[in-house]
This record gives sequence, C-alpha cells and structure tokens, in this order.
Amino acid sequence: MSTEILMPALSPTMEEGKLSKWLVKAGDTVKSGTILAEIETDKATMEFEAVDEGTIGEILVSEGTEGVKVNSPIATLLAEGESAGAPAKKAKKEAALPAGEDHKAVSDKGGEKVAAPKAEVAADPEIPEGTEFITQTVRDALRDAMAEEMRRDELVFLMGEEVAQYQGAYKISQGLLDEFGERRVIDTPITEHGFTGLGIGAAFDGLKPIVEFMTWNFAMQAMDQIINSAAKTRYMSGGQMSSPIVFRGPNGAAARVGAQHSQDYSAWYASVPGLKVIAPYSAADAKGLLKAAIRDGSPIIFLENEILYGKSFPVPKLDDFVLPIGKARICRTGKDVTIVAYSITVGQALEAADKLAEEGIDAEVIDLRTLRPLDMDTVLASVKKTNRIVTMEQGWPICSIGSEICAQVALEAFDYLDAPPTKVTGKDVPMPYAANLEKLALPTVEDLIAAVKSVSYKE
Amino acid sequence: MPDAPKSNSDTSKKLYSDMLLIRRFEERAGQLYGMGLIGGFCHLYIGQEAVVVGLMGAAQEGDQQITAYRDHGHMLAAGIDPKAVMAELTGRSTGLSRGKGGSMHMFSSEKKFYGGHGIVGAQVPLGTGLAFANKYRGNKSVCLTYFGDGAANQGQVYESFNMAELWKLPVIYVIENNQYAMGTSVERSSAVSDFSKRGASFGIPGVQVDGMDVEAVQKAGEEAMAYCRAGKGPIILEMKTYRYRGHSMSDPAKYRTKEELTEVREKRDPIENFGKKLIERGVMTAEDMKALDAQVKAIVIASAEFATESPEPGVAELYTDIYA
Repeated sequence: MSTEILMPALSPTMEEGKLSKWLVKAGDTVKSGTILAEIETDKATMEFEAVDEGTIGEILVSEGTEGVKVNSPIATLLAEGESAGAPAKKAKKEAALPAGEDHKAVSDKGGEKVAAPKAEVAADPEIPEGTEFITQTVRDALRDAMAEEMRRDELVFLMGEEVAQYQGAYKISQGLLDEFGERRVIDTPITEHGFTGLGIGAAFDGLKPIVEFMTWNFAMQAMDQIINSAAKTRYMSGGQMSSPIVFRGPNGAAARVGAQHSQDYSAWYASVPGLKVIAPYSAADAKGLLKAAIRDGSPIIFLENEILYGKSFPVPKLDDFVLPIGKARICRTGKDVTIVAYSITVGQALEAADKLAEEGIDAEVIDLRTLRPLDMDTVLASVKKTNRIVTMEQGWPICSIGSEICAQVALEAFDYLDAPPTKVTGKDVPMPYAANLEKLALPTVEDLIAAVKSVSYKE
Repeated sequence: MPDAPKSNSDTSKKLYSDMLLIRRFEERAGQLYGMGLIGGFCHLYIGQEAVVVGLMGAAQEGDQQITAYRDHGHMLAAGIDPKAVMAELTGRSTGLSRGKGGSMHMFSSEKKFYGGHGIVGAQVPLGTGLAFANKYRGNKSVCLTYFGDGAANQGQVYESFNMAELWKLPVIYVIENNQYAMGTSVERSSAVSDFSKRGASFGIPGVQVDGMDVEAVQKAGEEAMAYCRAGKGPIILEMKTYRYRGHSMSDPAKYRTKEELTEVREKRDPIENFGKKLIERGVMTAEDMKALDAQVKAIVIASAEFATESPEPGVAELYTDIYA
C-alpha cells in the first residue's frame, strides 16, 4: 500500500502555500533527505525533503499550484516492490487531538474555567510564654539566620561580592567566613550575570545557595537568569528540577546615591510566577523569614533595606525561629482605616498611626512581609472592618504593589468601601541626587497622614 | 547514561547506531512539524550527530549535560526514551516535561540532562554551576556544557570562563561551531574565528576537533574528561561541525549556497563516513546497516505514534509545578 506525501507547514503560522516546483517525478526513487519539491510560503521559498524511502507513485498537485492547504496530499510514495496502482493509505492526520481526561471532563461541564489553587498558609508559630527577647539589629538577625541554617544544612552556602574576606559590603556576613571557611562563604568576582547563573546551576543539582547582591540594583544584570532560569525551570521541566536558591540584598532607596542606586524592585519580582518575594521590616521577621526562605525549595527574592540594617528590634531567643512565607502581620490593630505597608514604610505607617490617633483616627497597620504570594485574606478582612484602605511603598506608582492591592480590594470588597482605595508611593521620576529633590521623590509620613485623612473625609 | 558497550566493535556499533537514531528521529520530527503536530520553534540537529554521540561515548555515570535549544540529539544520546522526547515535541502529557516545556525546554534529572534552554548563552553559567556543585560535593563528575558559535559571543560565557578557571571547576565547554549563528556566518560575527582560543585570556586550554568524525570527538572527549577529573579546571573543545537544515524549521537558509551544503553532505557526513569505516574494518556489513536502519526507523515511528496518540496535558496541569 502506498502512503500519501502531505503538504508541509514550514513555519509556525503557515496554513497554505504555493507548490513552486517538483524536483522528482513519478517513478523516481527517493530516500531520507532527498529534496522533493520547492514550496513557497508567505515568507520564503523552502525545500521540502523526503523522510521515508520509496518510489514516487503519483504527483497529485502539479507545480505552480497556489493556495495548497497544509496537510493535503500532494503525491504518493510506494514502498519497495509496490506498483503505482496500489491504493493510497491515508496519512495519519492528528488534527483532532485526543484531549486529556481532565480536559474532557471540564469540556463536558460547558467550558468551566480552571481556577488557580490557593495554598493554605500556616499562622506564625506560638512564642512560648516566658521566652526571652533580645534586642538585635536587622543586620545581626540576618547574619544569625544564615549562620543557623548553614550549621543545620551542609548544602547551604553563601556567595557574592565581598561576602567573605571583606565580611560583607554592609557587614551582613560578618564572621561567617571564620566559622564556615572559604568552601561555603565565597567571594565572587564582580560578575552578577555569571554568578547568578552559576548559583542557579548549582541549585539545579540540589545545592542551596544564598546569593548576595551588594544591592538589588546590580541584579538587573542578572535578570535573565533570575526570571528565565530560576523562576521557570520547575514548570518547564514538569516538576523535575527546582531552584532552591535565595537571592538577597538591600533594595530601595538608600540616601543620596542617585537614580541608578535607588530603586524599589518589589513590583517587578512580585509579578513573576515561580518566584516568592519577601520584604521584611523588623529584625525578628527578617530572621524568621530568611530561615524559611533558605529551607524553601523555590527561588526566593529577599528584599532587605539598607536604612533598616542598623535598626534594633526585639527578637525572640529561640533555637529555631522560622516564620511562614506568605503571611502578613497586623502590627497595630485599629477600626477606622487600614494602612498596608512593607519594608521601611512599615515604620512610617506606625509613626503615622500614632499621630493619627492623637487626632482621633484609629488606624490598623498591616505589614505585608511577603509580596508573593500576597496575603490578601488579611488585607480584605481588615478592609471589611475599617471600610477604608491606604497602601504605602517607596516604589514607583505605575503597576506598583499598591496598584495590585487596590485593584483586588475594589474587586473583592467593593461593597465594603466608604472611600476609594488609595495609594501613597514614590514619585514617578528617577531618583534625584539633590537632597531637597530626593526628599520630594520619596513618600513621607505626612503624605500618608494626608491620604488617610482624605479617605476619612477629615481635612 | 547509555549502557556500557562490551568491546571495541560494540562501542563502534553503538556510536553508529546512536547517530543514526538522532538522524532518523530528527527527520521524523521535521515531518511532524510539517504536519502541524509540533508547534512553535523546532531546531534540528541533523549533521551535528557526531558531536554529542562522541562525547557521550566518553562520559561516565554521573556526568551532566546542558545545552541550548537544539537539544533533541543530546537527550537521545543520554539514553532518554525517544517516545518521551517526541511526546514533548507534540506537547502531550507523556512528554518529558508533561507537555509544558516543548522542543526548547526539556530536562531529565534521572539522566542528568539539565536542559534545554531557550536563551542563547544562558546555559553556560548554569553548566558552570553544575560543575561547581560537583566540586562542592567532592565527586568526580564533569559537566558537559554545550553552546554554539553564536552563543560564544555572549558576555556571560566569559564571566563563566573566569569563575571556572579561578575555581578550577570540572566543566568542558563544548563549542558546537556549525558556522552559522542563525543566518550570520562566523566570519561576519566573530573578530577571532578560532573558538578554541576563546579561553586564552583566562588560561583555559582549547582544542579544535573535527566534529564530523565521531571517533575524533570521542578521543578528544576522553582527554578532556581526564583533564577535568584530575582537578585541572575547565577545558574548551571546539567542534567543527555543520547543520544541514535551517536554523529552525522556518529558516530557508538562503545565507549559504546549495553547493556548500551538498559538499558537506557528500564528503563529510558523520554517519555515511563512519559507516564506510565500519564496513572496511569488518565490524558491520551493508546488510547489518540496512537491518539497523529498519530497527531505528521502527523505534522512531513508534515514538511518533506514541507522541501523536498520547493525550494533551489535563487542564489542571496549568497550575502545577510552579512552586516546590
């Protein structure tokens, strides 16, 4: 029985083409790789090769024919010992694809949509009564988190610029080289794209790298590796391969370092499926969440803040203090308005709440702590109580974390709102150097107080 | 890792048969693409078979492989089931990545194949990181990191070279020089076209190899492996090879002459030439080869049937495998 040779698709979008020229005729013997014909697509003229060997039986479409549909028979091919009169076996066309079991089931229900599954996040662990609290800077809490995890798991190592001998550009890795040695605390050359990719490759093999960026501004050089290699590989490999890696370093504005060194990347990373994004405020959260990040199997973006490094907070003195990723914290309860902040703006929000209390406005302050997955349950529950929401962040206003929260609140709690969801952000400009302009570019406590008064209809 | 051959003649037969499998598989993939069963981009390895087959012939259990998007041959040479590869090409639930990766993004943790990467050059630091993991763990494995003459001009390649030599990482950088970065020839894209010298300023040695000669590739691979396993750091192997098809399926390849292609196919074809040698040496007869070709074709046809008959992934797969 002969087989049909079909008109091929020669580009991702081709539906039909012109059969420009036959290079074989009936009776010719062909083998794999023999050029059969020239076919003109909308873009180019392409050669069409044989895959199977045999003898050309019959040319079904003559040369010069235009508009030949993809997958229509253009010739027949006879196997060894067959004659031209043999009936042609229909080439298999798989255009109507068998759907997956689930797909069928869903289609039967009339095109039901697939919903994104919602992961349950545990609450913070109970801190036992009588636990001692020590006063610790964010800097030391971060160091302790890394040291504890490195003691616990031999596969954890730290790499980055100046993390070892120099003890960290911001002294976060102070003492780690002495304790763990140069095998596990590694100074890299200034080569962000390279060492980011190298860290991800090591993570593919099951190591658990902590990659420090001296600041997140330099990670833009490594953006392709973070997004395309770290975030997407688990999905693209059907779950076979993961990137258990933590990228950490200071994010956002420092002071007077100008446009290229002052940027909040929160919204950038928070938009990427496959990444988890953490931006803590207090030392205790920094410690508990960094420990959780190092243990998590997914790639983590851990956004610290230079101004907060030296700030002290009470930290529970526990052997193993690990916090859940994806859980916001209500750091001040109130009934009149919800203020949502993260990282350094949490401090500003608490300050504003104190001042607002003096004027009779009782604000609830939520520290998001994790930006992806975003704990909207906590935010929505608060808004349903206060009926007002103001978000605050240092980042730019367009497509910001606040934009996302306000949109979700409008969708999920519209009927509860007594005022438009409102956001306070950095100004829509590159960060200026001049002291007065820099101050204008960043959101202030006064900006937040004004926004809260506005949604409370109190001027 | 393919099963270890028992004798020299078994080794030779295996090299021949692995190359033939890749050739026939790719021809069939091209056909399925033409039928609209494979979508998007599809980059065929036809012409370059000796490179990956020769190197896998030199590899040992535990060695890793990573490459870019022209990756079907690397997977077959690693001993991955052709059915799972073809079913990934057609986007089916039985594919290596359950249909979520496609031609350019396939992985096998079991066979130590780390992709399958779509961004030119990105696999080079990743492969260097796999080698870093070998050294960190203190094992003797080597990572074969493949990239093309086009990727050789990406900056991250040199960032990787620097760290690999600085830290003496066990990585073989295999530059598959098929002479064209999509449509741009080496002469038009590279100030220095001898890629084996690209590691010179980092102190990384390099060797040029006839990438159309599977035995030459295997020998170079064995030497490079020994170098890496001895803790001497990275090494570059420039494989002079040629791809017969366009860059991807939709490339008419008008940037080179028909004569150039015909000459390579007639004089340098890795499978034809090695086949002739095997007949001369009495390792195989022409009849053996015909029978082998039929066997290989049957495997490939079976994988194409499997790949077209398997179901697409269930819709619930949309939201799986995002987080660990």
